[in-house]
Parts: sequence; structure tokens; C-alpha cells
Amino acid sequence: MSARENILKAIAMNQPELAELPVIDIASTIRYEDSYTQFKTVLESIGGKVELISDLTVLKEQLISDRLNGKFVVNTIETLGDVDEKAAFLSAFELEKVEKGYVKGTVGVAENGAVWIYESQMINRLVPFICQHLILVIEKKNIVDNLHQAYEKIDVSKEGFGVFIAGPSKTADIEQSLVIGAHGARSATIYVIA
Amino acid sequence: MAVKHADLAEKFIADEPRTNWHDETLWFVREKRDKAAHGLPEWEQLREWGSQIKNNTLSNLSNYLKEFEEKATANGIKVHWASDAQEHNEIVHKIIQKHGIQKIVKSKSMLTEECQLNEFLQHRGIEVVDTDLGERIVQFRKEPPSHIVLPAIHLKKEDVSATFHEHLQTEKGNNDPQYLTEAARQHLRNKFVESQLAITGVNFAIAETGGFVVCTNEGNADMGAHTAPVHIACMGFEKLIPKAAHLSVFLRLLARSATGQPITTYSSHFNKPRSNQEMHLVIVDNGRSKQLGREDFRNSLKCIRCAACFNTCPVYRRSGGHSYHTAVAGPIGSILNPNLDMKANADLPFASTLCGSCTNVCPVKINIHEQLWKWRQVIVAEGYVATSKKISMLGMSFVFSSPKIYRLMGKTARGIMHVFPFIINNKLNTWYKQREMPEAPKDSFRDWYLKNRKN
Ligand code: SF4
Repeated sequence: MSARENILKAIAMNQPELAELPVIDIASTIRYEDSYTQFKTVLESIGGKVELISDLTVLKEQLISDRLNGKFVVNTIETLGDVDEKAAFLSAFELEKVEKGYVKGTVGVAENGAVWIYESQMINRLVPFICQHLILVIEKKNIVDNLHQAYEKIDVSKEGFGVFIAGPSKTADIEQSLVIGAHGARSATIYVIA
Repeated sequence: MAVKHADLAEKFIADEPRTNWHDETLWFVREKRDKAAHGLPEWEQLREWGSQIKNNTLSNLSNYLKEFEEKATANGIKVHWASDAQEHNEIVHKIIQKHGIQKIVKSKSMLTEECQLNEFLQHRGIEVVDTDLGERIVQFRKEPPSHIVLPAIHLKKEDVSATFHEHLQTEKGNNDPQYLTEAARQHLRNKFVESQLAITGVNFAIAETGGFVVCTNEGNADMGAHTAPVHIACMGFEKLIPKAAHLSVFLRLLARSATGQPITTYSSHFNKPRSNQEMHLVIVDNGRSKQLGREDFRNSLKCIRCAACFNTCPVYRRSGGHSYHTAVAGPIGSILNPNLDMKANADLPFASTLCGSCTNVCPVKINIHEQLWKWRQVIVAEGYVATSKKISMLGMSFVFSSPKIYRLMGKTARGIMHVFPFIINNKLNTWYKQREMPEAPKDSFRDWYLKNRKN
């Protein structure tokens, strides 16, 4: 018998009597008076930055000036300016030099500062991780109070990959001292469009 | 009992300031967990949901696994099954050989520690670079991780500095964590960009979707998995959960219980390989199906490896992870390891005061201290323990196991609450409600005896 059959047989033999799944009553989970403020407070407590903007003008200008100054940026947001489709074909070796990644998020979560990003919003799966500085853009109306609501809004299996990112990469592996910028982005700024 | 926890613990506590530091640091992490948990009014409800979802998973595991395999395969993931550590290692080795791969990066996976994958590959001339900062530090030092979430928690920054000076040529004596982390970042980014194979663990695998979730703060799992042309994810079969919606319950519990963070920085949901990428998933038994059949201990398979039980445990905090001489230390390790090898790990269920603090913090409500107590009965009944040890059936065995440990614990306990973490007077702690809080004596009997003998 194969390992698979052996394992499945042993499990079927040893597993206890069927226990029911609980009903997750989302209505009983936390709500915030002001989800945006909660989102901002939590993100800033974990090393992120949050800016409320009325439209994309500031970001458009930032992107133009980055490019004018010869910074290596990858923009994946159509409404901001030219999209760097070529990022799909760049190697990790090349992407390692990306100064800034501009990426659109789908949902923001007030309770933990996380932003959901689909693979299609990154162009290349590496972009939000490998860039030195991450710029995320979400709409204020897409900030939900908690993770249960976030999972209701997204479809995790819609694409090949998706991620919740909460702030910049960090570690506390040396004597529990928090250091921002472990392997991933050294900073994460989340622009929230009002 | 070949190596005894108590003997190894004595070595650890020989350096008293370091022991105190270890103790206090982990207690600090435990306090952060409390703060995060108390920030959610529905915390107890969440634990209950987490526990019930895992109960359901274990009760229908064979079906869920089949469902998962079917969906994952349809997603383009190659699913493998391994009965034990040896088979797991051979599967990984075969994939490496097939591609003639040289450059391998691995993010944290307690399963691969349990299977001793690195050693297995090393014997076959293959080097694996551990990329979690803590794991890289201990790998340089040829030590095992001492904690499942904080692998290098037994080390001071001076130790890390000396290690990095030797291996990464950092400035001698520069102990700045920022500087040392930056050196590791540069070193590991070079490893990532040239990697041909990335090995990761799995935090949750979802039967409904055939996808899996990996959580890190550093981003190392993603840096490897999205670079390398081949990705192998390794999981014990108990990592399964039924539905994607259940991820909300577990991701809310996991980081809060582990480090007090509201969520890990990265919670990555893998469903399909990238185009031209090969994605493998190895599902491992290695004693788990046997544990599932042990009625008293099957609950241990609900564990989501948050390490809250480590951080709160007065014995773990004062004896260090290495004294447990196994890949998974701490209270939960002391339940899992006797199942794998009862003789070699017969000492572990005795490395506990049975205070119950672990059970109180466990996000999936595993009755940890009760299981430790039950293992003691089994181990004694099977004849794996000396008669002199039988006193410890009643609890506090670790404290009584060596005069030095007893004195050290006692001294601290009289002054500081944190040696009795189970005495936490909050309304959520129902355990406390039914019990009397013991009065801590001003002097220990020993102090009293020494004082009074002189008169
Ligand atoms: S037994 Fe519970 S507290 Fe301990 S690591 Fe597992 S889930 Fe966390």
C-alpha cells in the first residue's frame, strides 16, 4: 500500500466521532466607531505610515518625480500613470534593486492594519516583498472592521496568490529588539483615498 | 531516560543573570499576548471557535485531506504523502536531485526541524540556507532553535554579534541589533535572488480551496517562494482547516497569542504555482495518526504552534528550549514527543509544574497540563520512570527535580507573580474563579531552616 493509503486509512480508523463545525456569528465580532482611525492607529503602532488623500494627485506627482530622478520604481496602478508591465518578466536579481513599489490593495482591515492584495494587483508576486519601500493604495470605503468581514469581501482562491500585508517587514530575533526592514520592504506607506 | 530535562536545565540556569533575562523576556512576550487578547471583547469566543473548528477537522480529517488533495492537484500543486520523517526527507531529496539543484533557501518550518531535513540533506552533500533571522543565527552556530517562534531567544546580542563577525565579517563588538539585522538582510537577499529551490512550512491548509497560508514577519518565505523555480511546502496533516472563512478565526488568534501582534506582517495565500514554477506539497504523518488514536492526547493535534504555552510556562522560561532536547520544546512539545519516542522523551511530561497556565492561554483550548499529567501515568505504567521520580506524579516535579532549581524558582516566586502565571485575576480566567490563591510565604522552608538552625 502506498503511504497515502496507509495514512488515510490510519486516520479514518483513529479519528473521533464527527464533531459539528461552529457557526461563526460575525455580527458578534468587534466594530469600531471610526474604522479609518483604528486602521491608522494600528498600522502606525506596527511601523507603517498612513496618509488620507482626497484624490490621486499627490501620488501621481510622486511617481512622476521618482521617475524623473531616475529612481527604479515599479508602478502597478493604472490610475497613477504608466504601468510597468515588464515587471512580470524581471528576475529577482533585477527586482532586488526596486526602490519603490506602487501597489493597489483591495481591502484594509481596521483591527490589524492589514491590506489584502491579489496577485493581479502586483504584476509580479515578488514586487510587494522585494521592493525597498512599499506604497499601498486603498479606498476608504474598503476598510472593514475585522478579518471576518475582510474574508467575506475577498475570494482567496480567485487567483493563484494573494496576501495580507500589515506594515513593513520586521524582526525581533535579536534580543527581542524590534528592527524594521528584515528581508522585505523597509517601509510601508498606505495611502487611503477618502 | 537518556538525557534528562532536569540535568540540561541545571546547565542552563548555571548562568543566573542570563536565566533571569530569558525568564523576563519571555514573560514580557506573554504580557504582550495578554494585552492583545484583552483588546478583543470576543477573545474567548474566538478561542472557542478555534477549538471547535479544530475538533471538527480532526473528526473528519480523512475526508478533508482527500478534498484538499483533489483541489490542490487541480490547482497545479503536486501533492506527496510521507509516512514518516525518512520518507519526507527522501521526497524532498528526490525533487532536488531531479533538478540538479544547488541553491536552496528555507523559511521556518518546525516540521522540517522535526524531520531533521537539513542534516539529512547535508549528509548527501546539499546545503540549505535557513532564512528566518533567528534560524540563520542558530544555523551559523550549529545549534537547534530553542523556541518555535523565537528560534534564537536563548542568545544575547553579544552572541549574535560574535557569530556574525565570524560568518558575515561584521565589525567586532558591534552589538547593535539594527546593524546586525542589516548585515543579515544583505547576506540573505543575495541568497534569495540566486535561489533555485524554496522550502517553506505551512501554517494552514484549506480543504475547500486546496490552497495554503504561510505567515511570517520578515517576508522570508515570500522572498524565496516567489523567486525560486521550485517551491516545496511541507506540512503535518493536522495543519488542515475546512474552509477559507475559518482563516479569519485562526489568523486573529495566531499572532496575538504568539507575540501580541494583531497579525503577522505577511499572511501569504498560495493557491497555484506561478507560470513555469513547480509547486510541491508534502503531507506528513510521522506519528500523528497514532496520536489521533490516543484519546487522551489527540487534542494536541489542534496545536497551531503559536508558542503562547512556552512563553507563559515557568519551567520553560527558566530552563530554556534546549533542555527539552527535541525540535518542539515547551509544554506542547512535552505532549507531542513522548508519542514519537516514549523512552527517549519520558522525562518531558515531568518538566512541568502542572500549574495550568499553558491551558489558560492556548488559543485552541488544548488541555495541555491535563495531558502532561496523563502522560506521567502512561510513562510510569510502562515502566519508563524510576520509582524515586514517582513523587512527581503529583505536580511540581520539575521544581523538585533538583535542589538548585527548587531554590531558584522559590526565590523568584516569593517576590514575583510571574512564576505563578496561572494566578491571574481577570474575569476571563474561569480557572482562577474556582480556586483559592495560595499565600506565598515570606521565607521558604529552607531559608527558615537555615536561619533557625543557627539559634
Ligand atoms: S499548544 Fe496551544 S498555546 Fe501551545 S503552541 Fe500549540 S496552540 Fe499555541
